[in-house]
Amino acid sequence: MSNAFWIQLVGAIVAIACALPGVFLVLRRSAMISDAISHTVLFGIVVGFLVLDVDPTSPILILTAALSGLLTVWLIELLQNTKRLNSDAAIGLVFPILFSIAVILINTQIRNAHVDEDAVLLGHLIFAPVNRLVLLGINLPEGVWVMGGILLINLTFLVLFYKELKITTFDPGLAAALGISPALVHYSLMGMVSVTAVGAFDHVGAILVVALMVAPPATAYLLTNKLERMLVLSALFGAASAVAGYWVSNIFSVNVAGAMASMTGVFFILVLVFAPERGLLAQRLETAERRKRFAVEMLVVHLMAHEGQPDELEESSISHLSEQLRWQPEFAQQVVRRANRGNYINRQNGHLELTDNGRQLAQDAMRR
Amino acid sequence: MNATSYKDLPVSVEDLTVAYRYEPVLWDVDVDVPQGTLMAIVGPNGAGKSTLIKTVLGLIEPAAGRVSIYGESFKEQRNRVAYVPQRGSVDWDFPTDALDVVMMGRYGHLGWLRHPGADTRKLAMEALEKVGMQKYANRQISQLSGGQQQRVFLARALIQDAEIYLMDEPFQGVDATTERAIIEVLRALQGRGSTVVAVHHDLETVPEYFDHVLLLNVRAIACGPVEDVFTQENLRKTYGGRTDMLAAATKNVNGNP
Repeated sequence: MSNAFWIQLVGAIVAIACALPGVFLVLRRSAMISDAISHTVLFGIVVGFLVLDVDPTSPILILTAALSGLLTVWLIELLQNTKRLNSDAAIGLVFPILFSIAVILINTQIRNAHVDEDAVLLGHLIFAPVNRLVLLGINLPEGVWVMGGILLINLTFLVLFYKELKITTFDPGLAAALGISPALVHYSLMGMVSVTAVGAFDHVGAILVVALMVAPPATAYLLTNKLERMLVLSALFGAASAVAGYWVSNIFSVNVAGAMASMTGVFFILVLVFAPERGLLAQRLETAERRKRFAVEMLVVHLMAHEGQPDELEESSISHLSEQLRWQPEFAQQVVRRANRGNYINRQNGHLELTDNGRQLAQDAMRR
Repeated sequence: MNATSYKDLPVSVEDLTVAYRYEPVLWDVDVDVPQGTLMAIVGPNGAGKSTLIKTVLGLIEPAAGRVSIYGESFKEQRNRVAYVPQRGSVDWDFPTDALDVVMMGRYGHLGWLRHPGADTRKLAMEALEKVGMQKYANRQISQLSGGQQQRVFLARALIQDAEIYLMDEPFQGVDATTERAIIEVLRALQGRGSTVVAVHHDLETVPEYFDHVLLLNVRAIACGPVEDVFTQENLRKTYGGRTDMLAAATKNVNGNP
């Protein structure tokens, strides 16, 4: 298999593993917790490395990193519970402290640091094909093993506790009354985010973990009304961003993780603009359509109100309409054309006459 | 009250004190809810009405006192109690439809590691029918009106198949059709022997909709059959000075001007 294949595969696995817990973070309005956790896992790695005196690649460090993720969540909640500051301020206070302690420890305590600043920011996905690991007699890039394992854990957790995740996200009050502890599910989810962040951190760096956890779910949210579909779409957008990001980085010779994260943003913006129902374009078109439909209704209601009245002729002249209904002349023309096309009115030498169809529309509109 | 009669009481609250930062929200509250009643909890804002319901459900830890459900703790009787939270307490933009929300009512019965299947779906459809919402089963929940959302919540409580229904402001912000639909469901529940306790805001409809009432303002001012305790005097004790409004509310009961 080529290097290109392995980089794309590891990238896609990372992206899918991040997207799954990311869906629940976005729905719980705690997307920024992923930012905090993806930074403070470094604290767990560094402290674990120094205290336990293990090899810098030891899998034990995944555990200490995950624990520091949970510590982060707990500290943030502790601050929030003082009710002296909001959750965003609490997040902004906690993680930079732990992150900067980690950076200071790296600078002062660890020479020949395995973790340098570039790796922290962007990871080293480019080396994914080189670091091999033989397990069960199968020689695969280490990233495939580690991230594949994490993805498997996430999928298992999701399948086993799907209904618990769903109900504690939607209605924690009812969940608690039914005996499903929201706190237990919350901390399990945060553990899942932490473990995912540690693994992903190695490959795509801290900042980009956030992009992969938040952007694909936010993109999927614009396209569906079903949680199951949101999960599937998030995974697809994540994987597509990874593959597209690889080729962008190849063509423009830029950092591959950076390109992948940028692609999550590109997909988001494309969907934000072009999504069929919630997209900006669709909403703009719908508003324009509604404006015209309403204008036609105003027109037929106006005409009906003056039908058979002494002022009927005057009120139904096209030139009078723009004044009476506060329409620009060209808009008035558009509305009249549209009403004519819909067979609501007939033009009679400069005057407008309602058809039966038009009278019906006016009655329906007023009844609404 | 002796030990055997506790077993017959759907909800019994004894000397309950709940405090928030050492400020009492409920002060030494005693309430017995008799079997098969429709009980309204009324009282001004901040009286502790929602807190009382949440404490009965074990969502809030009391500072003192005891709650029993048919003589035992809530934890042991969980499946006999259904809960309708305030409509505003959840995010209606959550990606799901009405049927799915109703099915959540069975999650407690299902237990861990089991997923709702066709039988749960069938129960949920029946519950939606009972509240007149079967047409909206597959409607995205954000596209439902406030009244329809409240009915979905009610259907979700029905599917819990409980004996006690605790409802936090089920009539909050609903249209007249929904209000009638809800009250019909409550009466049907009562008809099959269930007990309903609901936080209620509209004093005027208390005598029409409910047979028992708890007047609450941090303390339990009075609790009992509407015709006995829903008096001007008790309302004045509960709400303070705004007596003209209260006079109108009690007119139906006491025939007072």
